[in-house]
Amino acid sequence: MGKTLAEKIIAAHSEDKREVSAGDLVTVKTDVVMANDITAPIAIESFQAMGVDRVFDPDNLMLVPSHFAPNKDIKSAEQTRTLTIFAEDQHLKNRFQVGRAGIEHVVLPERGLVLPGDLVVGGDSHTCTYGALGALATGMGSTDIAFAMATGKTWLKVPDTMKFVYHGQPQNYVYGKDLILRTIGEITVDGALYRSMEFTGPAISGLSMSERLTMANMVIEAGGKCGFIPFDEVTQAYVEPRATRPYTPYFADDDATYISVHDFDLAGMEPQVACPYSPDNVHPISQIKPEKVDQVFIGSCTNGRFEDLAIVAELLQKTGREFDPNVRVMIIPGSQAVYLQALRAGWIELFTMAGGAVSVSTCGPCLGGHMGVLAGEEVCVSTSNRNFRGRMGHRDARVFLANPAIAAASAIMGRLAHPDEL
Amino acid sequence: MKFEGRVWKYGDNIDTDVIIPARYLVTTDPKTLAAHCMEDLDMAFAQKVLPGDVMVGGRNFGCGSSREHAPISIKGAGVSCIIAESFARIFFRNAINIGLPILESPEAAQEAEKDDVLTVDLAVGTITNHRTGKTYQASPYPPVVLGIIQAGGLIPYARNILGIQITG
Ligand code: SF4
Repeated sequence: MGKTLAEKIIAAHSEDKREVSAGDLVTVKTDVVMANDITAPIAIESFQAMGVDRVFDPDNLMLVPSHFAPNKDIKSAEQTRTLTIFAEDQHLKNRFQVGRAGIEHVVLPERGLVLPGDLVVGGDSHTCTYGALGALATGMGSTDIAFAMATGKTWLKVPDTMKFVYHGQPQNYVYGKDLILRTIGEITVDGALYRSMEFTGPAISGLSMSERLTMANMVIEAGGKCGFIPFDEVTQAYVEPRATRPYTPYFADDDATYISVHDFDLAGMEPQVACPYSPDNVHPISQIKPEKVDQVFIGSCTNGRFEDLAIVAELLQKTGREFDPNVRVMIIPGSQAVYLQALRAGWIELFTMAGGAVSVSTCGPCLGGHMGVLAGEEVCVSTSNRNFRGRMGHRDARVFLANPAIAAASAIMGRLAHPDEL
Repeated sequence: MKFEGRVWKYGDNIDTDVIIPARYLVTTDPKTLAAHCMEDLDMAFAQKVLPGDVMVGGRNFGCGSSREHAPISIKGAGVSCIIAESFARIFFRNAINIGLPILESPEAAQEAEKDDVLTVDLAVGTITNHRTGKTYQASPYPPVVLGIIQAGGLIPYARNILGIQITG
């Protein structure tokens, strides 16, 4: 019987390399273990409580300060310090100092630290992002991460897999973000609970790695355990110059068993927007009231890559417009490498001249941490992945999730807008 | 293990940002986290919750981020057990790992109302509602999960696996 990507990768990492099927409980070897400045402090505490002295694999444990870093207050500084001290004590090979790193899900793929065929566990729910490279990557809590730090292993239930097939030519200004928003809108926030999602079809083959990372990033917003974009030439071209070690791509069998198959005809599809307060409250932009906005946030592990900033830069250049002076426009590159690329392209100047606030890489406003927390009643268009109540600040603030073109057009118009209106 | 407690009833898709907003994630202290638990949804919870109370949710309870602070804040508030129609995957693992019992039972969750009193027998997975007199059977745990619960959480479970003995 054919196997899905999740079944193949789990089998390859299982203790006796045996065949596995959906529903099996399996102990697997982990290739990469990750945690951030919020989850690592508890993971380190739990690790120490387990009574272990050394981490299992110091070369593949990544502790990335990104959420409240650069430290927003004394408490967050103490949390980050825990990571730094632990990384030194344990002789971790990879360090992620502020100024040299950024958001974990932007940095790890960019540096070739997560690779196709890997099994990755991360103390962050958006660890699923690495599925864009063909890795089985899933988020876990701190104590699970501590277990993987100590043993190089974790336990998993082999998930059922849902297959998504996309075809057809959408309208302009439709990106990977719109595909995943529409998908979540259709299957809802628990539509893929405990499941793996395989994204396939001609419309997926044509997506850049940046858009693929955006799609896999939001698998968790449908409740998914992991998601995959099959390995192809685009993956290879991205990974080859970056890979820090050898890797093995896996492919789903043609006769693999899927629990469901979902077909998406994208013909004529408009950009999609998720309205408050849920990522599955999704509507085409033309059907949403063009509300006045107070803040626009362009960044995060969903849409904080170079290609995302390129969309914003092109719109500004093409229209010669500035951002509306009444809107706070926060533009936060997902990593320092993205920042440098944008700087060299002349975009930092372009964004600043247009009235945007460009900052050092951080998660910042995405989780209501710092650098753009919202007041009550405020409206924000954000390129991030969650618009739950209170996510970006006050419980009454309202967040609309959209792609970078919609975000930029809204920043220029001072209200929710489509780039064609400029 | 048997618990008896009053019900705090919530709806579907209770997310971790509502359970404990990110602005409080600068600490890992259970009591401090508990003081802000659920505050964006229900201000009364943190003030009025009593030790042993039971939290009841709908579908996809605990969706969103991987923050272990979410079950820690609920446990820190004194909640003895969470019952829901279904749990988000990461939340499920986190709760089990830190020793906060959770049970999946769509009927028990749907039929419970605020301030009902429930008796939960964890050993056999039953939930009894004192108002209706009905007893419900929760979904059984997979074997690994049972192993973790029996060990008293993932930390002692890991010690067993690694053969580490903690003395004193
Ligand atoms: S950018 Fe937002 S979603 Fe991504 S890791 Fe940071 S806080 Fe989480």
